[in-house]
Amino acid sequence: MKILVCISSVPDTTSKINFTADKSAFDKNGIQWVINPLDEFALTKAVKLQESQGATVTVINVGDAVTEPVIRKALAIGANDAVRVNLDPKDSYSTAKEIAAVAQNGGYDLILCGKESLDYNGGSVPGMVAQLLNQPFVNASVGLDINGTEATAVREIEGGKETISVKLPAVIAGQKGLVDEKDLIIPNMRGIMSARTKPLQVVEATSSEVKVQGVSYDSVPPRAAVKMVSPDNLDELVRLLHEEAKVI
Amino acid sequence: MAVFVYAENINGVYKKAAFEAVSYARSVADQTGETVTAISVNPTDSSDLLYKYGASNVINIKDEGLKNFSAKAYAQAVKEVADGNIIVFPHTTDASSIAPMLAVMNGYSLITNVLEAPESVAPLQVKRRAFSGKGFMYAKAEGTGVIITVSQNAFGVKENPVSGSEEVKELSVANEDTKVISHEQSSGKLDLKEAEIVVSAGRGMKGPENWGMIEDLAGVLGAATACSKPVSDIGWRPHAEHVGQTGKSIAPNLYIAVGISGAIQHLAGVNSSKTIVVINSDAESPFYKSADYGVVGDAFQIIPALTEKIKALKG
Ligand SMILES: Cc1cc2nc3c(=O)[nH]c(=O)nc-3n(C[C@H](O)[C@H](O)[C@H](O)COP(=O)(O)OP(=O)(O)OC[C@H]3O[C@@H](n4cnc5c(N)ncnc54)[C@H](O)[C@@H]3O)c2cc1C
Repeated sequence: MKILVCISSVPDTTSKINFTADKSAFDKNGIQWVINPLDEFALTKAVKLQESQGATVTVINVGDAVTEPVIRKALAIGANDAVRVNLDPKDSYSTAKEIAAVAQNGGYDLILCGKESLDYNGGSVPGMVAQLLNQPFVNASVGLDINGTEATAVREIEGGKETISVKLPAVIAGQKGLVDEKDLIIPNMRGIMSARTKPLQVVEATSSEVKVQGVSYDSVPPRAAVKMVSPDNLDELVRLLHEEAKVI
Repeated sequence: MAVFVYAENINGVYKKAAFEAVSYARSVADQTGETVTAISVNPTDSSDLLYKYGASNVINIKDEGLKNFSAKAYAQAVKEVADGNIIVFPHTTDASSIAPMLAVMNGYSLITNVLEAPESVAPLQVKRRAFSGKGFMYAKAEGTGVIITVSQNAFGVKENPVSGSEEVKELSVANEDTKVISHEQSSGKLDLKEAEIVVSAGRGMKGPENWGMIEDLAGVLGAATACSKPVSDIGWRPHAEHVGQTGKSIAPNLYIAVGISGAIQHLAGVNSSKTIVVINSDAESPFYKSADYGVVGDAFQIIPALTEKIKALKG
């Protein structure tokens, strides 16, 4: 079985998000890059399938050379090899198209993604890849088993869960629950050493078509100063919520 | 041409997110001078509910094959009936699974997690959530066709009654790649993403046995419950309640955080809440910096007392 895991490189979760002075772009200065946390669930799941089913795991990233340390980290976690499509992606569609182009020729049985990338919060790439490849798509997956040419996926729905059987090849977008948080793989020395020699292929982008432009960006305005209420005066809190904020 | 909107239902019953999406579509149509056509798959609810928010036409897709959800089959069904260049979806789990597939089928632009009415419609430019609530992006669609998903509780539900008409479309979309084996829905629980009030608690609650008081407070407020990430990691609460950067992002009118420190990753999922109340024993908790109202003290005393006072207010 061949698995392709889509990895996005995003600012470390504690990063302060700043924009350039003219607000036309995200300011990448001083940013630490990490594997998108939701992709880590997908990658760990793939590595588990590698152990249990002898699958091979390829990671793919659409990005410029700056993303290579993150790709090496994915290799250290256990992927067999990696592909980087040399394009600083400008929208979900251009990203999805490059992933689909690589997948088209690779004969993958399963494509695993995180359900959303925590930088631009598009949540669009996995579904687009599925449609571009004309494959079934399961989003927000919190469980996955593979049985030959069929997958059993559990997806989160509002107020519950649904278990579905899916014909492979398919695209599955995962989140926390796809594997347990405690099972996320932290690379060890051996993994880090071997990642240095694992194949990382760089391919050029097929097009530069973009469907959505980020025209400008803004920071979230700060809240007004907090009003503190004494724990002995909860009547005042109730009054403020009722009369001032008008939320109860 | 009409502005189309996907009115999501659960077991035939319209979701609040559907009304919000219709309200949103209405505001787009006001800008383009068009009408709103709502599309729904196998609804049992009355179309009157959609006319109320401004949909003057409702297309009810009847398709036995769509009894079970499949992103691809639903996208195909919407494609068959939506004949316009603007299609609005709520940003629910199902709708945000359909939207990217449909965008590719139609060759449309897709702008997700939208927060406000468009700044302009030709070309369509709109404010959206980005960087997990730590920033905003103004996105512009290229080309003519565009699909929007509206972040839940951002735009709000706005009544705008029109007289409408309903049309039934019998379809039989192929749905053979996926098959639903089982479906578990907890009944009677408020949907966290739709809730107007959310009571949330963190590791400060010490253990799952203490959640009764959180549920009692949520009960008197008609609120949904949520939790911080470590709480769901340890298994005190289900994963589905975890809010934050790696959990759900929510935007209720009132968010009450009890015994939560207010780490940046937690804030990322809740800082779009309109009013935030923080209750924490530590006066230095960073959460106070992002709160509207704060109480420093022991949650084990404050929460039961607050519950009684709200009960009294509600009479
Ligand atoms: C990649 C990554 C992603 C993450 N994603 C998320 C996410 O999505 N959501 C999330 O929540 N976290 C997330 N985190 C974790 C986050 O950094 C914090 O660790 C977490 O939010 C802390 O949860 P907490 O406030 O419940 O617990 P703690 O940090 O332990 O804080 C408990 C609080 O309770 C207070 N307290 C204790 N006793 C009482 C009492 N009797 N009465 C009142 N208050 C009391 C304490 O003063 C303290 O402020 C993420 C971390 C990483 C690295």
